[in-house]
Amino acid sequence: MAAVRLCRCRCRALLSRPAGALRARRGLAAGPEMHFGFQTVTEEERREKIYQVFENVAKKYDVMNDSMTLGIHRVWKDILVHKMNPCPGTLLLDVAGGTGDIAFRFINYVRSVRQRQLQRKLKHHQNLSWQEIFESYQKDEFNSLGNSQVVVCDINREMLEVGKQKAQHLGYSEGLSWVLGNAEELPFDDDKFDVYTIAFGIRNVTRIDLALQEAYRVLKPGGRFLCLEFSHVSNPLLSRLYDLYSFQVIPVLGEVIAGDWRSYQYLVESIRQFPPQEELKAMIEDAGFFKVDYENLNFGIVAIHSGFKL
Amino acid sequence: RETVMEPVRDPARGSHRPRIPRPRKGERPRCALTEGVVGWHPLYPGHIPTSPLQKALLAAGSAVMALYDPYRHDMVAVLGETTGCLALPNLRDKMRNHPEGYRILRERPRIRLSTLDMARLQGLPDGSLGREYVRFLEDNKVSPDTRMPPKFVDDEELAYVIQRYREVHDLMHTLLGMPTNMLGEVVVKWFEAIQTGLPMCVLGAAFGPVRLSTRKLQVLATELVPWAIRSGLNASCVLNVYYEQRWEQPVESLREELGIFPPPAVRV
Repeated sequence: MAAVRLCRCRCRALLSRPAGALRARRGLAAGPEMHFGFQTVTEEERREKIYQVFENVAKKYDVMNDSMTLGIHRVWKDILVHKMNPCPGTLLLDVAGGTGDIAFRFINYVRSVRQRQLQRKLKHHQNLSWQEIFESYQKDEFNSLGNSQVVVCDINREMLEVGKQKAQHLGYSEGLSWVLGNAEELPFDDDKFDVYTIAFGIRNVTRIDLALQEAYRVLKPGGRFLCLEFSHVSNPLLSRLYDLYSFQVIPVLGEVIAGDWRSYQYLVESIRQFPPQEELKAMIEDAGFFKVDYENLNFGIVAIHSGFKL
Repeated sequence: RETVMEPVRDPARGSHRPRIPRPRKGERPRCALTEGVVGWHPLYPGHIPTSPLQKALLAAGSAVMALYDPYRHDMVAVLGETTGCLALPNLRDKMRNHPEGYRILRERPRIRLSTLDMARLQGLPDGSLGREYVRFLEDNKVSPDTRMPPKFVDDEELAYVIQRYREVHDLMHTLLGMPTNMLGEVVVKWFEAIQTGLPMCVLGAAFGPVRLSTRKLQVLATELVPWAIRSGLNASCVLNVYYEQRWEQPVESLREELGIFPPPAVRV
Protein backbone atom coordinates (compact mmCIF):
# COMPACT_ATOMS: atom_id res chain seq x y z
CA MET A 1 0.00 0.00 0.00
CA ALA A 2 1.61 3.24 -1.13
CA ALA A 3 2.30 5.80 1.55
CA VAL A 4 -0.60 8.13 2.05
CA ARG A 5 0.36 11.74 2.50
CA LEU A 6 -1.24 13.88 5.15
CA CYS A 7 -1.20 17.60 4.64
CA ARG A 8 -2.30 20.48 6.75
CA CYS A 9 -5.90 20.22 7.89
CA ARG A 10 -7.29 22.87 5.60
CA CYS A 11 -5.43 21.75 2.48
CA ARG A 12 -5.10 18.42 0.72
CA ALA A 13 -3.27 16.37 -1.88
CA LEU A 14 -4.72 15.94 -5.33
CA LEU A 15 -4.05 12.24 -5.42
CA SER A 16 -3.00 9.90 -2.70
CA ARG A 17 -0.13 8.35 -4.62
CA PRO A 18 3.01 10.40 -5.18
CA ALA A 19 4.22 9.18 -8.56
CA GLY A 20 7.85 9.75 -7.69
CA ALA A 21 7.72 7.63 -4.54
CA LEU A 22 6.00 4.82 -6.42
CA ARG A 23 8.68 4.82 -9.08
CA ALA A 24 11.44 4.80 -6.50
CA ARG A 25 9.85 1.78 -4.93
CA ARG A 26 9.98 0.01 -8.26
CA GLY A 27 13.66 0.86 -8.53
CA LEU A 28 13.24 2.87 -11.73
CA ALA A 29 15.16 6.05 -12.41
CA ALA A 30 12.98 8.73 -10.92
CA GLY A 31 14.82 11.88 -11.86
CA PRO A 32 15.01 14.79 -9.46
CA GLU A 33 11.92 15.11 -7.33
CA MET A 34 9.90 18.28 -7.57
CA HIS A 35 6.63 19.70 -6.40
CA PHE A 36 3.47 19.90 -8.46
CA GLY A 37 1.19 21.57 -5.99
CA PHE A 38 1.30 19.16 -3.05
CA GLN A 39 2.27 16.15 -5.14
CA THR A 40 5.83 14.98 -5.71
CA VAL A 41 6.70 14.41 -9.36
CA THR A 42 9.78 14.28 -11.54
CA GLU A 43 11.00 17.34 -13.41
CA GLU A 44 9.73 16.13 -16.75
CA GLU A 45 6.31 15.21 -15.32
CA ARG A 46 6.05 18.62 -13.73
CA ARG A 47 6.69 20.40 -17.00
CA GLU A 48 4.09 18.28 -18.79
CA LYS A 49 1.47 18.71 -16.09
CA ILE A 50 1.92 22.46 -16.00
CA TYR A 51 1.74 22.66 -19.77
CA GLN A 52 -1.55 20.75 -19.64
CA VAL A 53 -2.92 22.98 -16.88
CA PHE A 54 -2.41 26.09 -18.96
CA GLU A 55 -3.61 24.44 -22.13
CA ASN A 56 -6.86 23.66 -20.32
CA VAL A 57 -7.36 27.04 -18.71
CA ALA A 58 -6.15 29.27 -21.59
CA LYS A 59 -9.56 30.23 -22.92
CA LYS A 60 -11.02 31.05 -19.53
CA TYR A 61 -7.81 32.45 -18.05
CA ASP A 62 -8.89 36.08 -17.96
CA VAL A 63 -12.41 35.37 -16.75
CA MET A 64 -11.04 33.22 -13.96
CA ASN A 65 -8.49 35.84 -12.95
CA ASP A 66 -11.23 38.40 -12.61
CA SER A 67 -13.49 36.15 -10.58
CA MET A 68 -10.80 34.75 -8.31
CA THR A 69 -9.26 38.09 -7.43
CA LEU A 70 -12.46 40.12 -7.85
CA GLY A 71 -10.69 42.18 -10.45
CA ILE A 72 -7.83 43.15 -8.14
CA HIS A 73 -5.25 41.48 -10.37
CA ARG A 74 -5.73 44.41 -12.75
CA VAL A 75 -4.58 46.79 -10.04
CA TRP A 76 -1.55 44.62 -9.28
CA LYS A 77 -0.54 44.64 -12.93
CA ASP A 78 -1.06 48.38 -13.15
CA ILE A 79 1.19 48.88 -10.14
CA LEU A 80 3.87 46.73 -11.78
CA VAL A 81 3.90 48.83 -14.92
CA HIS A 82 3.87 52.06 -12.92
CA LYS A 83 6.83 50.82 -10.94
CA MET A 84 8.56 50.03 -14.22
CA ASN A 85 7.87 53.59 -15.38
CA PRO A 86 9.03 52.89 -18.93
CA CYS A 87 9.98 55.72 -21.23
CA PRO A 88 9.42 55.60 -24.99
CA GLY A 89 12.09 53.58 -26.73
CA THR A 90 12.18 50.86 -24.08
CA LEU A 91 12.48 47.28 -25.22
CA LEU A 92 10.52 45.02 -22.87
CA LEU A 93 10.63 41.26 -22.64
CA ASP A 94 7.52 39.89 -20.94
CA VAL A 95 8.12 36.25 -20.11
CA ALA A 96 5.21 33.90 -19.39
CA GLY A 97 3.23 36.79 -20.75
CA GLY A 98 0.62 34.52 -22.30
CA THR A 99 -2.53 36.53 -22.65
CA GLY A 100 -0.70 39.83 -22.89
CA ASP A 101 -1.91 41.74 -19.84
CA ILE A 102 1.46 43.30 -19.03
CA ALA A 103 2.28 43.94 -22.68
CA PHE A 104 -0.95 45.88 -23.28
CA ARG A 105 -0.47 47.93 -20.14
CA PHE A 106 3.10 48.68 -21.18
CA ILE A 107 1.93 49.91 -24.56
CA ASN A 108 -0.78 52.08 -23.01
CA TYR A 109 1.68 53.61 -20.55
CA VAL A 110 4.32 54.31 -23.16
CA ARG A 111 1.71 55.74 -25.49
CA SER A 112 0.50 58.21 -22.89
CA VAL A 113 4.04 59.23 -21.96
CA ARG A 114 4.77 59.67 -25.64
CA GLN A 115 1.62 61.81 -26.04
CA ARG A 116 2.83 64.17 -23.38
CA GLN A 117 6.29 64.27 -24.96
CA LEU A 118 4.82 65.06 -28.35
CA GLN A 119 2.57 67.73 -26.93
CA ARG A 120 5.54 69.44 -25.33
CA LYS A 121 7.46 69.12 -28.58
CA LEU A 122 4.61 70.62 -30.58
CA LYS A 123 4.38 73.55 -28.18
CA HIS A 124 7.94 74.40 -29.03
CA HIS A 125 7.26 74.04 -32.73
CA GLN A 126 4.31 76.39 -32.89
CA ASN A 127 6.34 78.88 -34.90
CA LEU A 128 6.89 76.38 -37.78
CA SER A 129 4.90 76.62 -41.01
CA TRP A 130 2.30 73.99 -42.02
CA GLN A 131 4.71 72.65 -44.61
CA GLU A 132 7.47 72.12 -42.11
CA ILE A 133 5.15 70.41 -39.61
CA PHE A 134 3.91 68.07 -42.34
CA GLU A 135 7.44 67.21 -43.35
CA SER A 136 8.36 66.37 -39.80
CA TYR A 137 5.57 63.75 -39.81
CA GLN A 138 7.26 62.08 -42.77
CA LYS A 139 10.42 61.76 -40.76
CA ASP A 140 8.44 59.55 -38.38
CA GLU A 141 9.55 61.53 -35.41
CA PHE A 142 6.01 61.35 -34.20
CA ASN A 143 5.80 57.62 -33.86
CA SER A 144 3.11 57.10 -31.23
CA LEU A 145 5.13 54.56 -29.33
CA GLY A 146 8.48 56.21 -29.69
CA ASN A 147 9.93 52.96 -31.02
CA SER A 148 9.11 51.05 -27.84
CA GLN A 149 8.68 47.36 -28.35
CA VAL A 150 7.43 44.50 -26.25
CA VAL A 151 8.21 40.85 -26.90
CA VAL A 152 5.70 38.49 -25.29
CA CYS A 153 7.30 35.14 -24.67
CA ASP A 154 5.41 32.09 -23.41
CA ILE A 155 6.05 28.37 -23.39
CA ASN A 156 2.40 27.56 -24.07
CA ARG A 157 0.98 27.86 -27.56
CA GLU A 158 -2.63 28.10 -26.39
CA MET A 159 -1.93 31.04 -24.12
CA LEU A 160 -0.14 32.87 -26.92
CA GLU A 161 -3.08 32.24 -29.25
CA VAL A 162 -5.48 33.73 -26.73
CA GLY A 163 -3.12 36.70 -26.34
CA LYS A 164 -2.91 37.31 -30.07
CA GLN A 165 -6.67 37.20 -30.45
CA LYS A 166 -7.06 39.59 -27.54
CA ALA A 167 -4.58 41.98 -29.16
CA GLN A 168 -6.53 41.91 -32.39
CA HIS A 169 -9.82 42.37 -30.56
CA LEU A 170 -8.55 45.31 -28.51
CA GLY A 171 -6.78 46.92 -31.44
CA TYR A 172 -3.14 46.55 -30.48
CA SER A 173 -1.10 46.13 -33.61
CA GLU A 174 2.28 47.83 -33.47
CA GLY A 175 5.10 47.27 -31.03
CA LEU A 176 4.05 43.70 -30.18
CA SER A 177 5.80 40.45 -30.95
CA TRP A 178 4.70 36.98 -29.87
CA VAL A 179 7.39 34.37 -29.36
CA LEU A 180 7.14 30.77 -28.22
CA GLY A 181 9.93 30.12 -25.73
CA ASN A 182 10.96 28.57 -22.44
CA ALA A 183 11.95 30.86 -19.57
CA GLU A 184 14.72 28.44 -18.61
CA GLU A 185 16.25 28.68 -22.08
CA LEU A 186 15.26 31.88 -23.84
CA PRO A 187 15.62 32.07 -27.63
CA PHE A 188 17.25 35.49 -27.44
CA ASP A 189 20.78 36.78 -27.58
CA ASP A 190 22.71 38.31 -24.67
CA ASP A 191 22.29 41.92 -23.58
CA LYS A 192 19.22 42.65 -25.61
CA PHE A 193 16.41 43.98 -23.43
CA ASP A 194 15.93 47.00 -21.24
CA VAL A 195 13.36 45.43 -18.94
CA TYR A 196 12.43 41.82 -18.18
CA THR A 197 9.11 41.11 -16.51
CA ILE A 198 7.51 37.90 -15.41
CA ALA A 199 4.04 38.25 -13.94
CA PHE A 200 2.50 35.22 -12.20
CA GLY A 201 4.71 32.98 -14.26
CA ILE A 202 7.84 32.23 -12.27
CA ARG A 203 5.84 30.02 -9.93
CA ASN A 204 5.27 27.61 -12.79
CA VAL A 205 8.85 27.50 -13.93
CA THR A 206 10.49 24.20 -13.05
CA ARG A 207 14.00 25.56 -12.44
CA ILE A 208 13.72 29.06 -11.07
CA ASP A 209 17.50 29.46 -10.83
CA LEU A 210 17.87 28.83 -14.57
CA ALA A 211 15.10 31.29 -15.37
CA LEU A 212 16.82 33.95 -13.26
CA GLN A 213 20.14 33.26 -14.96
CA GLU A 214 18.50 33.59 -18.37
CA ALA A 215 16.89 36.83 -17.27
CA TYR A 216 20.31 38.15 -16.30
CA ARG A 217 21.77 37.05 -19.61
CA VAL A 218 19.28 38.70 -21.93
CA LEU A 219 19.13 42.00 -20.07
CA LYS A 220 21.34 44.87 -21.14
CA PRO A 221 23.71 46.27 -18.54
CA GLY A 222 21.57 48.70 -16.58
CA GLY A 223 18.52 46.62 -17.38
CA ARG A 224 15.83 45.91 -14.82
CA PHE A 225 14.31 42.63 -13.68
CA LEU A 226 10.75 42.75 -12.34
CA CYS A 227 8.82 39.83 -10.97
CA LEU A 228 5.18 39.94 -9.88
CA GLU A 229 4.12 36.83 -8.03
CA PHE A 230 1.95 35.45 -5.27
CA SER A 231 3.89 35.36 -2.06
CA HIS A 232 3.52 34.66 1.62
CA VAL A 233 1.24 36.43 4.03
CA SER A 234 2.78 36.85 7.45
CA ASN A 235 -0.21 38.32 9.28
CA PRO A 236 -1.74 35.23 10.97
CA LEU A 237 -5.40 36.29 10.85
CA LEU A 238 -5.22 37.37 7.24
CA SER A 239 -3.27 34.24 6.42
CA ARG A 240 -6.09 32.08 7.74
CA LEU A 241 -8.74 33.99 5.82
CA TYR A 242 -6.60 33.80 2.72
CA ASP A 243 -6.16 30.04 3.13
CA LEU A 244 -9.89 29.61 3.65
CA TYR A 245 -10.70 31.56 0.53
CA SER A 246 -7.97 29.86 -1.50
CA PHE A 247 -8.80 26.30 -0.63
CA GLN A 248 -12.54 26.49 -0.24
CA VAL A 249 -13.63 28.97 -2.87
CA ILE A 250 -11.12 29.02 -5.70
CA PRO A 251 -11.39 25.37 -6.82
CA VAL A 252 -15.19 25.74 -6.74
CA LEU A 253 -14.90 28.80 -9.00
CA GLY A 254 -12.65 26.76 -11.26
CA GLU A 255 -15.23 24.00 -11.53
CA VAL A 256 -18.21 26.28 -12.06
CA ILE A 257 -16.65 28.78 -14.46
CA ALA A 258 -13.99 26.79 -16.28
CA GLY A 259 -15.21 23.23 -15.63
CA ASP A 260 -11.77 22.41 -14.25
CA TRP A 261 -11.34 21.85 -10.51
CA ARG A 262 -7.91 20.30 -10.61
CA SER A 263 -6.11 23.11 -12.42
CA TYR A 264 -7.24 25.61 -9.84
CA GLN A 265 -6.45 23.24 -7.01
CA TYR A 266 -2.94 23.12 -8.49
CA LEU A 267 -2.90 26.92 -8.59
CA VAL A 268 -3.60 27.39 -4.88
CA GLU A 269 -1.22 24.60 -3.89
CA SER A 270 1.58 25.96 -6.04
CA ILE A 271 1.24 29.34 -4.34
CA ARG A 272 1.88 27.66 -0.98
CA GLN A 273 4.93 25.85 -2.40
CA PHE A 274 6.60 28.95 -3.77
CA PRO A 275 9.54 30.45 -1.85
CA PRO A 276 8.66 33.41 0.37
CA GLN A 277 9.80 36.96 -0.25
CA GLU A 278 13.22 36.88 1.41
CA GLU A 279 14.17 33.59 -0.17
CA LEU A 280 13.23 34.71 -3.65
CA LYS A 281 15.24 37.87 -3.04
CA ALA A 282 18.26 35.72 -2.18
CA MET A 283 17.80 33.67 -5.35
CA ILE A 284 17.64 36.80 -7.47
CA GLU A 285 20.84 38.07 -5.87
CA ASP A 286 22.48 34.72 -6.57
CA ALA A 287 21.77 35.17 -10.25
CA GLY A 288 23.87 38.33 -10.22
CA PHE A 289 21.35 41.11 -9.83
CA PHE A 290 22.06 44.13 -7.69
CA LYS A 291 19.88 46.38 -5.60
CA VAL A 292 17.34 43.60 -5.22
CA ASP A 293 14.25 44.65 -3.35
CA TYR A 294 10.64 43.62 -2.95
CA GLU A 295 7.38 45.36 -2.31
CA ASN A 296 4.42 43.59 -0.72
CA LEU A 297 0.99 44.26 -2.12
CA ASN A 298 -2.09 43.45 -0.09
CA PHE A 299 -0.12 42.31 2.98
CA GLY A 300 1.99 39.84 1.03
CA ILE A 301 -0.66 38.13 -1.02
CA VAL A 302 1.36 39.43 -3.96
CA ALA A 303 4.91 40.77 -4.07
CA ILE A 304 6.92 42.65 -6.70
CA HIS A 305 10.63 41.80 -6.71
CA SER A 306 13.00 44.10 -8.56
CA GLY A 307 16.69 43.86 -9.43
CA PHE A 308 19.21 45.51 -11.72
CA LYS A 309 21.92 44.15 -13.95
CA LEU A 310 24.87 46.40 -13.49
CA ARG B 1 -0.36 4.36 8.16
CA GLU B 2 0.13 8.01 7.41
CA THR B 3 3.32 9.90 6.70
CA VAL B 4 3.87 13.60 6.42
CA MET B 5 5.17 14.81 3.08
CA GLU B 6 8.95 14.81 3.00
CA PRO B 7 10.45 18.26 2.58
CA VAL B 8 12.40 18.38 -0.65
CA ARG B 9 15.64 20.28 -0.61
CA ASP B 10 15.75 21.60 -4.08
CA PRO B 11 18.24 24.37 -4.80
CA ALA B 12 16.62 24.93 -8.17
CA ARG B 13 13.50 26.13 -6.43
CA GLY B 14 15.09 27.44 -3.27
CA SER B 15 15.65 25.48 -0.10
CA HIS B 16 12.21 26.38 1.08
CA ARG B 17 10.41 23.60 2.83
CA PRO B 18 6.70 23.41 2.28
CA ARG B 19 5.35 24.86 5.48
CA ILE B 20 2.86 22.18 6.31
CA PRO B 21 2.74 21.58 10.04
CA ARG B 22 2.80 18.03 11.34
CA PRO B 23 -0.63 17.12 12.64
CA ARG B 24 -0.39 16.22 16.30
CA LYS B 25 -1.91 12.95 17.39
CA GLY B 26 -5.58 13.38 18.02
CA GLU B 27 -5.66 16.93 16.72
CA ARG B 28 -9.19 17.80 15.78
CA PRO B 29 -9.95 19.75 12.66
CA ARG B 30 -10.45 23.46 13.10
CA CYS B 31 -13.84 23.68 11.51
CA ALA B 32 -16.17 20.91 10.40
CA LEU B 33 -17.48 23.13 7.66
CA THR B 34 -14.17 23.28 5.87
CA GLU B 35 -12.90 19.77 6.49
CA GLY B 36 -13.35 16.87 4.12
CA VAL B 37 -16.42 14.84 4.91
CA VAL B 38 -14.59 11.55 4.49
CA GLY B 39 -11.04 12.80 4.89
CA TRP B 40 -9.03 13.98 1.95
CA HIS B 41 -8.37 10.76 0.09
CA PRO B 42 -10.16 9.86 -3.14
CA LEU B 43 -12.49 6.87 -2.85
CA TYR B 44 -12.76 6.04 -6.54
CA PRO B 45 -11.07 7.18 -9.77
CA GLY B 46 -12.10 10.73 -10.49
CA HIS B 47 -13.28 11.41 -6.94
CA ILE B 48 -12.57 14.91 -5.61
CA PRO B 49 -13.14 15.03 -1.83
CA THR B 50 -14.93 18.22 -0.79
CA SER B 51 -15.86 19.89 2.45
CA PRO B 52 -19.48 20.77 3.30
CA LEU B 53 -18.75 24.42 2.57
CA GLN B 54 -17.37 23.54 -0.84
CA LYS B 55 -20.39 21.37 -1.59
CA ALA B 56 -22.73 24.21 -0.68
CA LEU B 57 -20.81 26.64 -2.88
CA LEU B 58 -20.72 24.12 -5.71
CA ALA B 59 -24.45 23.49 -5.45
CA ALA B 60 -25.24 27.21 -5.57
CA GLY B 61 -22.71 27.97 -8.29
CA SER B 62 -23.68 25.07 -10.52
CA ALA B 63 -27.38 25.89 -10.19
CA VAL B 64 -26.78 29.47 -11.32
CA MET B 65 -24.46 28.42 -14.13
CA ALA B 66 -26.82 25.69 -15.36
CA LEU B 67 -29.64 28.21 -15.62
CA TYR B 68 -27.42 30.83 -17.23
CA ASP B 69 -25.94 28.45 -19.81
CA PRO B 70 -28.12 25.37 -20.42
CA TYR B 71 -25.39 23.82 -22.55
CA ARG B 72 -23.25 23.32 -19.43
CA HIS B 73 -24.35 19.74 -18.85
CA ASP B 74 -21.45 19.29 -16.48
CA MET B 75 -23.06 21.85 -14.17
CA VAL B 76 -26.30 19.89 -14.11
CA ALA B 77 -24.30 16.81 -13.21
CA VAL B 78 -22.43 18.64 -10.43
CA LEU B 79 -25.72 19.97 -9.07
CA GLY B 80 -27.08 16.44 -8.96
CA GLU B 81 -24.07 15.15 -7.07
CA THR B 82 -23.88 17.92 -4.50
CA THR B 83 -27.58 17.90 -3.66
CA GLY B 84 -28.23 14.19 -3.80
CA CYS B 85 -27.04 13.33 -0.30
CA LEU B 86 -30.51 12.28 0.86
CA ALA B 87 -32.01 10.92 -2.33
CA LEU B 88 -29.07 8.77 -3.37
CA PRO B 89 -29.03 6.59 -0.24
CA ASN B 90 -32.80 6.10 -0.68
CA LEU B 91 -32.28 5.00 -4.26
CA ARG B 92 -29.50 2.69 -3.24
CA ASP B 93 -31.69 1.11 -0.58
CA LYS B 94 -34.50 0.63 -3.08
CA MET B 95 -32.04 -1.16 -5.30
CA ARG B 96 -30.68 -3.29 -2.49
CA ASN B 97 -34.15 -4.45 -1.50
CA HIS B 98 -35.04 -5.61 -5.00
CA PRO B 99 -33.53 -8.83 -6.43
CA GLU B 100 -32.72 -7.36 -9.83
CA GLY B 101 -31.52 -4.08 -8.32
CA TYR B 102 -29.31 -5.97 -5.89
CA ARG B 103 -27.74 -7.84 -8.79
CA ILE B 104 -27.04 -4.56 -10.57
CA LEU B 105 -25.34 -3.17 -7.47
CA ARG B 106 -23.18 -6.24 -7.20
CA GLU B 107 -22.27 -6.65 -10.85
CA ARG B 108 -21.98 -2.93 -11.62
CA PRO B 109 -22.81 -3.04 -15.35
CA ARG B 110 -21.92 0.01 -17.43
CA ILE B 111 -23.74 1.18 -20.54
CA ARG B 112 -21.21 2.47 -23.00
CA LEU B 113 -20.32 1.97 -26.63
CA SER B 114 -17.50 -0.38 -25.76
CA THR B 115 -19.81 -2.71 -23.81
CA LEU B 116 -22.79 -2.56 -26.15
CA ASP B 117 -22.94 -4.82 -29.18
CA MET B 118 -24.43 -2.24 -31.54
CA ALA B 119 -24.61 -4.58 -34.49
CA ARG B 120 -26.62 -7.11 -32.52
CA LEU B 121 -28.96 -4.47 -31.15
CA GLN B 122 -29.59 -3.07 -34.61
CA GLY B 123 -30.45 -6.55 -35.84
CA LEU B 124 -33.20 -6.97 -33.24
CA PRO B 125 -36.84 -6.69 -34.36
CA ASP B 126 -38.56 -3.30 -34.41
CA GLY B 127 -40.29 -2.45 -31.17
CA SER B 128 -37.76 -4.29 -29.03
CA LEU B 129 -35.90 -2.31 -26.40
CA GLY B 130 -32.51 -2.76 -28.04
CA ARG B 131 -33.67 -1.71 -31.50
CA GLU B 132 -35.59 1.31 -30.22
CA TYR B 133 -32.67 2.37 -28.03
CA VAL B 134 -30.25 2.31 -30.94
CA ARG B 135 -32.80 4.16 -33.07
CA PHE B 136 -33.09 6.80 -30.36
CA LEU B 137 -29.30 7.21 -30.21
CA GLU B 138 -29.07 7.58 -33.99
CA ASP B 139 -32.07 9.90 -34.40
CA ASN B 140 -30.93 12.28 -31.71
CA LYS B 141 -27.23 11.89 -32.46
CA VAL B 142 -26.27 11.12 -28.88
CA SER B 143 -23.90 8.60 -27.44
CA PRO B 144 -23.93 6.85 -24.06
CA ASP B 145 -20.28 7.77 -23.60
CA THR B 146 -20.90 11.45 -22.99
CA ARG B 147 -22.18 10.96 -19.47
CA MET B 148 -20.01 12.67 -16.88
CA PRO B 149 -18.39 10.42 -14.30
CA PRO B 150 -19.23 11.40 -10.73
CA LYS B 151 -16.71 13.58 -8.89
CA PHE B 152 -18.23 14.94 -5.71
CA VAL B 153 -20.13 11.97 -4.29
CA ASP B 154 -18.39 10.89 -1.11
CA ASP B 155 -19.38 7.24 -1.20
CA GLU B 156 -18.19 4.74 -3.72
CA GLU B 157 -21.47 2.83 -4.01
CA LEU B 158 -23.56 5.99 -4.25
CA ALA B 159 -21.20 7.17 -6.98
CA TYR B 160 -22.13 4.05 -8.93
CA VAL B 161 -25.84 4.66 -8.28
CA ILE B 162 -25.66 8.14 -9.74
CA GLN B 163 -23.56 6.88 -12.63
CA ARG B 164 -26.19 4.21 -13.33
CA TYR B 165 -28.92 6.82 -13.17
CA ARG B 166 -27.08 8.92 -15.77
CA GLU B 167 -26.48 6.00 -18.08
CA VAL B 168 -30.09 4.85 -17.83
CA HIS B 169 -31.34 8.35 -18.72
CA ASP B 170 -31.26 7.61 -22.44
CA LEU B 171 -33.27 4.46 -21.83
CA MET B 172 -35.82 6.63 -20.04
CA HIS B 173 -36.14 8.64 -23.21
CA THR B 174 -36.71 5.43 -25.12
CA LEU B 175 -39.27 4.07 -22.67
CA LEU B 176 -41.16 7.33 -22.50
CA GLY B 177 -40.82 7.96 -26.22
CA MET B 178 -39.44 11.48 -25.70
CA PRO B 179 -36.80 13.13 -27.96
CA THR B 180 -33.83 15.13 -26.65
CA ASN B 181 -35.26 18.59 -27.36
CA MET B 182 -36.02 20.91 -24.47
CA LEU B 183 -39.62 19.76 -24.17
CA GLY B 184 -38.70 16.09 -24.18
CA GLU B 185 -35.99 16.63 -21.58
CA VAL B 186 -38.38 18.46 -19.26
CA VAL B 187 -40.91 15.62 -19.48
CA VAL B 188 -38.24 13.06 -18.67
CA LYS B 189 -37.08 15.24 -15.77
CA TRP B 190 -40.61 15.25 -14.32
CA PHE B 191 -40.71 11.49 -14.55
CA GLU B 192 -37.29 11.14 -12.99
CA ALA B 193 -38.10 13.63 -10.24
CA ILE B 194 -41.01 11.48 -9.12
CA GLN B 195 -39.05 8.27 -9.48
CA THR B 196 -35.75 9.23 -7.89
CA GLY B 197 -36.50 12.26 -5.73
CA LEU B 198 -33.16 13.79 -6.76
CA PRO B 199 -33.30 17.54 -6.10
CA MET B 200 -31.51 18.16 -9.39
CA CYS B 201 -34.42 16.50 -11.25
CA VAL B 202 -36.94 18.50 -9.25
CA LEU B 203 -35.12 21.75 -10.04
CA GLY B 204 -34.75 20.77 -13.68
CA ALA B 205 -38.44 19.93 -13.89
CA ALA B 206 -39.42 23.20 -12.22
CA PHE B 207 -37.05 25.56 -14.04
CA GLY B 208 -36.63 23.79 -17.36
CA PRO B 209 -39.92 25.10 -18.76
CA VAL B 210 -38.89 28.76 -18.41
CA ARG B 211 -37.22 28.60 -21.79
CA LEU B 212 -40.17 27.10 -23.63
CA SER B 213 -42.68 28.87 -25.86
CA THR B 214 -46.30 29.32 -24.67
CA ARG B 215 -47.63 26.73 -27.09
CA LYS B 216 -45.20 24.12 -25.84
CA LEU B 217 -45.90 25.10 -22.25
CA GLN B 218 -49.56 24.46 -22.87
CA VAL B 219 -48.94 21.00 -24.27
CA LEU B 220 -46.60 20.37 -21.38
CA ALA B 221 -49.04 21.43 -18.70
CA THR B 222 -52.17 19.85 -20.10
CA GLU B 223 -50.96 16.54 -21.49
CA LEU B 224 -47.35 15.63 -20.90
CA VAL B 225 -46.68 16.50 -17.27
CA PRO B 226 -49.85 14.86 -15.87
CA TRP B 227 -48.97 11.73 -17.81
CA ALA B 228 -45.37 11.82 -16.61
CA ILE B 229 -46.50 12.26 -12.99
CA ARG B 230 -49.04 9.46 -13.19
CA SER B 231 -46.52 7.13 -14.79
CA GLY B 232 -43.82 8.11 -12.33
CA LEU B 233 -46.03 7.41 -9.34
CA ASN B 234 -47.40 4.20 -10.77
CA ALA B 235 -44.18 2.71 -12.05
CA SER B 236 -41.81 0.65 -9.98
CA CYS B 237 -38.24 1.93 -9.61
CA VAL B 238 -36.68 2.18 -13.06
CA LEU B 239 -33.20 1.64 -11.69
CA ASN B 240 -34.19 -1.87 -10.65
CA VAL B 241 -34.24 -3.09 -14.23
CA TYR B 242 -31.27 -4.93 -15.65
CA TYR B 243 -31.64 -3.37 -19.09
CA GLU B 244 -28.61 -5.12 -20.51
CA GLN B 245 -30.41 -8.45 -20.15
CA ARG B 246 -33.66 -7.25 -21.68
CA TRP B 247 -32.68 -5.94 -25.08
CA GLU B 248 -34.97 -8.45 -26.83
CA GLN B 249 -37.99 -7.51 -24.72
CA PRO B 250 -40.56 -5.35 -26.59
CA VAL B 251 -40.76 -1.78 -25.29
CA GLU B 252 -44.54 -2.09 -24.82
CA SER B 253 -44.12 -5.16 -22.66
CA LEU B 254 -41.44 -3.47 -20.55
CA ARG B 255 -43.65 -0.42 -20.09
CA GLU B 256 -46.48 -2.61 -18.90
CA GLU B 257 -44.23 -4.54 -16.57
CA LEU B 258 -42.89 -1.35 -15.02
CA GLY B 259 -46.22 0.43 -14.91
CA ILE B 260 -45.53 3.27 -17.33
CA PHE B 261 -48.69 4.41 -19.11
CA PRO B 262 -48.63 4.71 -22.93
CA PRO B 263 -47.33 8.18 -24.00
CA PRO B 264 -49.99 10.70 -25.13
CA ALA B 265 -50.38 11.16 -28.87
CA VAL B 266 -48.82 14.61 -29.18
CA ARG B 267 -45.93 15.71 -31.36
CA VAL B 268 -43.02 16.61 -29.11
